[in-house]
Amino acid sequence: MELNIIASSCDDGSAPSCGAGDTGAAASVRAALPAHIQKKIETHPCYSDQAHHHFARMHVAVAPACNIQCNYCNRKYDCSNESRPGVVSEVLQPEQALKKVKAVAAEIPQLSVLGIAGPGDALANAKRSFETFKLLSQETPDLKLCLSTNGLMLPPLIDELCAFNIDHVTITINCIDADIGQKIYPWIYWKNRRIRGRKAAKILIEQQLLGLSLLTERGVLVKVNTVLIPGINDHHVAELSKEIKKRGAFLHNLMPLIAEKEHGSYFGLMGQRAPSAEELEQAQQACGVDMKLMRHCRQCRADAVGMLNEDRGAEFSLDKIAEQDIDYKQAQVRRAAVQKDILNKLKPEYCESVHSNTEISSNSSRLIAVASKGQGLVNQHFGHATEFLLYRADADSVQLVGSRRVSAYCHGSENCDEQQDLLEQSIACLEGCEAVLCAKIGWGPWQKLEAAGIRPSSDHAMERIDAAVAAIYKELNQQQQTCAELSQLA
Amino acid sequence: MSVSIVNSCVSCWACLDVCPSQAIYESKTQMQVDKTKCSECNGFYADIQCASVCPVEGAILDSQGLAFNPPGSLTGIYPEKLAQVPLEF
Repeated sequence: MELNIIASSCDDGSAPSCGAGDTGAAASVRAALPAHIQKKIETHPCYSDQAHHHFARMHVAVAPACNIQCNYCNRKYDCSNESRPGVVSEVLQPEQALKKVKAVAAEIPQLSVLGIAGPGDALANAKRSFETFKLLSQETPDLKLCLSTNGLMLPPLIDELCAFNIDHVTITINCIDADIGQKIYPWIYWKNRRIRGRKAAKILIEQQLLGLSLLTERGVLVKVNTVLIPGINDHHVAELSKEIKKRGAFLHNLMPLIAEKEHGSYFGLMGQRAPSAEELEQAQQACGVDMKLMRHCRQCRADAVGMLNEDRGAEFSLDKIAEQDIDYKQAQVRRAAVQKDILNKLKPEYCESVHSNTEISSNSSRLIAVASKGQGLVNQHFGHATEFLLYRADADSVQLVGSRRVSAYCHGSENCDEQQDLLEQSIACLEGCEAVLCAKIGWGPWQKLEAAGIRPSSDHAMERIDAAVAAIYKELNQQQQTCAELSQLA
Repeated sequence: MSVSIVNSCVSCWACLDVCPSQAIYESKTQMQVDKTKCSECNGFYADIQCASVCPVEGAILDSQGLAFNPPGSLTGIYPEKLAQVPLEF
């Protein structure tokens, strides 16, 4: 599986007005993600830059123990004024975590994701983490479950973990070279022994990479976090990125080291500096990874609650929720309604943020949309399409590069006026495409598409998609040539 | 024969999970060792488990009262550096 890069050209969070004139550094790569991954991340604030404006996440701190030491972590630190990974105010037992989740879900209906991210390692506390997941999957089945781990215990726990229908796993992998690893991890606890130095780093790296492969083989979405540490792993992250890509990670998130003296970590005390914004960007470029999706990553605490840009954890401390009497069923109904509403509103925003880059309009390659019900044929009415397949064609090849979902605007002859805005959304969704192939199309949408610079065609109805795309590519080339000749004559 | 845990313990429960004798229990501020149960892992493991997983230097003592993990042994932060770490945690 290729490492897909998720990005949006609207990364500043402004209105979705990124025009076709955008230089296209953030091409429509989101669209290149397989539909099942898009579906998985559409409500996940940590993986989707759109979602993070609308959906909330919550970490439950049921995992205080850790099985490794990292030089950027100080296990003694516990302060409510601190906001960084590994820090929490109170550790919860699984039943307390369930109660807290219910309280938060009742108060914040945008809550879509529940994660276990420490303050130690989720899998070094397997019993408590799995008990928590079990309770949650029974009582809050609508919440997506995810966990964050250093990966040491992934291989031995893989089957148990996958039994809980966990959507996403984040593994923090800082290097794949034990010589570098020993500068980051002073020890690990492995098979009932404390192991130190290079040997420890070697075991950890082996387990991390094996764990990553095992997860992706089982269809679990895996993100890899890497802490960028200048002088230690900054020259190495490109190699690391390549390896995790090979093993199926869907996203690589490079995070800057947080190391202040007052945090008391080894790196903090030893004066290890954090990377500058420029260094971070350079490292991201070296990885060939467009980090735009993860620009909103807030490096949250292990008990964070709320939208990514806020932490309402303090409102939901155990003593505060102890007295609450929550009508959970009602809260669940409300949550479903609120989230459905958000998704509906997000769709146009999502579509419009998916943009083409300039190379699409160049001679070398063209982006063509296809309405298909399946079987590899151009066999769907434009107005019935809920998804367009995107193909990139050039002189030599036709390649599926992704899909874009829309709401079908045509449900028969009734309510046509009300469907107009959906038509607009469909057209906006096709921005960057030069043509759209379908089995049939009405006159109204035909005109609108043409006005938007997208050539509609039902000439290839019921043809095989690849042949039809190759044909329209040639037609567009000819048309362009004719236009050029005409303008020369004029 | 028993290990003991002192108040620098941060209650991370790591030791409780790995103790083969169920000798460790949680108290309000820290983990405690039931001295009647602790076997120092004799007959279970070559290494004392709580002392092998504990992340806090000096938190677990042997029966002589000596730290299994003296300052600097786990973090690489030796006393002269430790002096610079703020006391309030």
